[in-house]
Amino acid sequence: MTIDAEQIRDKVGSVLDKYQRDKGMLVSILQDTQAALGYLARESLLEVSAGLEVPLSQVYSVASFFRAFSLKPRGRHLIDVCLGTACHVRGAVGILEAIERETGIKSGDTSEDMRFSLETVNCVGACALGPIVIVDGKYEGEMKIDRVKPLLASYD
Amino acid sequence: MVTLTIDGRTVQAEEGAMALDVAQEKGIYIPTLCAHESVTPYGACRLCLVEVKTAAGRERLVTSCLYPVEEGLEVITNSERILRNRQTIIDLLLARCPESTVIQDMARELGVEKSSYHPEDHGNCILCALCVRACQEVVGVSAISLVNRGVEREMAIPFFDDSTACIACGSCSYICPTSAITMEDSGGVRTIRMPNNETEFEMVPCKVCGNYWMPRKQVDYISRTKGIEPEFFDLCTTCRD
Repeated sequence: MTIDAEQIRDKVGSVLDKYQRDKGMLVSILQDTQAALGYLARESLLEVSAGLEVPLSQVYSVASFFRAFSLKPRGRHLIDVCLGTACHVRGAVGILEAIERETGIKSGDTSEDMRFSLETVNCVGACALGPIVIVDGKYEGEMKIDRVKPLLASYD
Repeated sequence: MVTLTIDGRTVQAEEGAMALDVAQEKGIYIPTLCAHESVTPYGACRLCLVEVKTAAGRERLVTSCLYPVEEGLEVITNSERILRNRQTIIDLLLARCPESTVIQDMARELGVEKSSYHPEDHGNCILCALCVRACQEVVGVSAISLVNRGVEREMAIPFFDDSTACIACGSCSYICPTSAITMEDSGGVRTIRMPNNETEFEMVPCKVCGNYWMPRKQVDYISRTKGIEPEFFDLCTTCRD
């Protein structure tokens, strides 16, 4: 999904207005920008920098620091695999490998057909349900390797 | 003013002054790489560790560059415990920057001949952010920052390729304690080399002697922000009266 410059100016502009162009709200502004546009495009960061009068280097520093921000386009569906301690001992690494095999991408990447992005997280606070996989915010508990294929097949 | 002791010597200092500055003012040496009088302290290199004991009796190891002095404070700048800690720190820095002569010299000074860790050459950058602080606080352009995090942290221009904000003044190269950023002027071009980027900038020649003496972007920046006519920069400093 590519986004055109006008769309970026519109969306970033309304996010900036929502926060009254307050420099202190940089992280929230980036979060809302990413929510609206799917990821933080280079042009988005340029718009945020100009709109807040915060140097681009500082915007880039913050955007590249947090794992929650993606500077690359992300797929239609986001898969988060929990690798927290509880999930880990319950076999999360095997689940992750199965997902990597099935999608053909590694953690942190996006498939070429833009169908999936794969990421790992360190605990989502649902340890009793481990190993846990979250697809588009939907929690799938007590994952088994043979459940990976049908789960992914249910997302186009 | 407050009264404190440093290595047993009673000294007077401005309340809130950092322990490192107070010690240096009194001629007491504390090793450091990331402290500089022109920028705010940052506590990145950790080499300026000292032992402090407050009037209330609380004892601990602190980075002296970031520790404000107070009434009745006892500071010890050199002890077996401090030396051990500094050795570990310089040992780690030496593993990160095995080729840096500055780090090598400081390691030798602290009694570390060879790193006990597996060396991984990351160039000469120790991520002290002196360049970032100078660019922001002294120059005022904030062209560079520390990006990413954890083991991937590095100093860089935005997106590793956008030098729009840089005015090629070379302050980053000048202030870098380990020469991780270098600068070279040759044939009307200034080249600034960072650990992950190399950028060339146009220089302007002096109207009299013809020597290239200042980057075009720096001339533009100073003219714009200080309201000085660009013609002011026609002559280099040696060709002026």
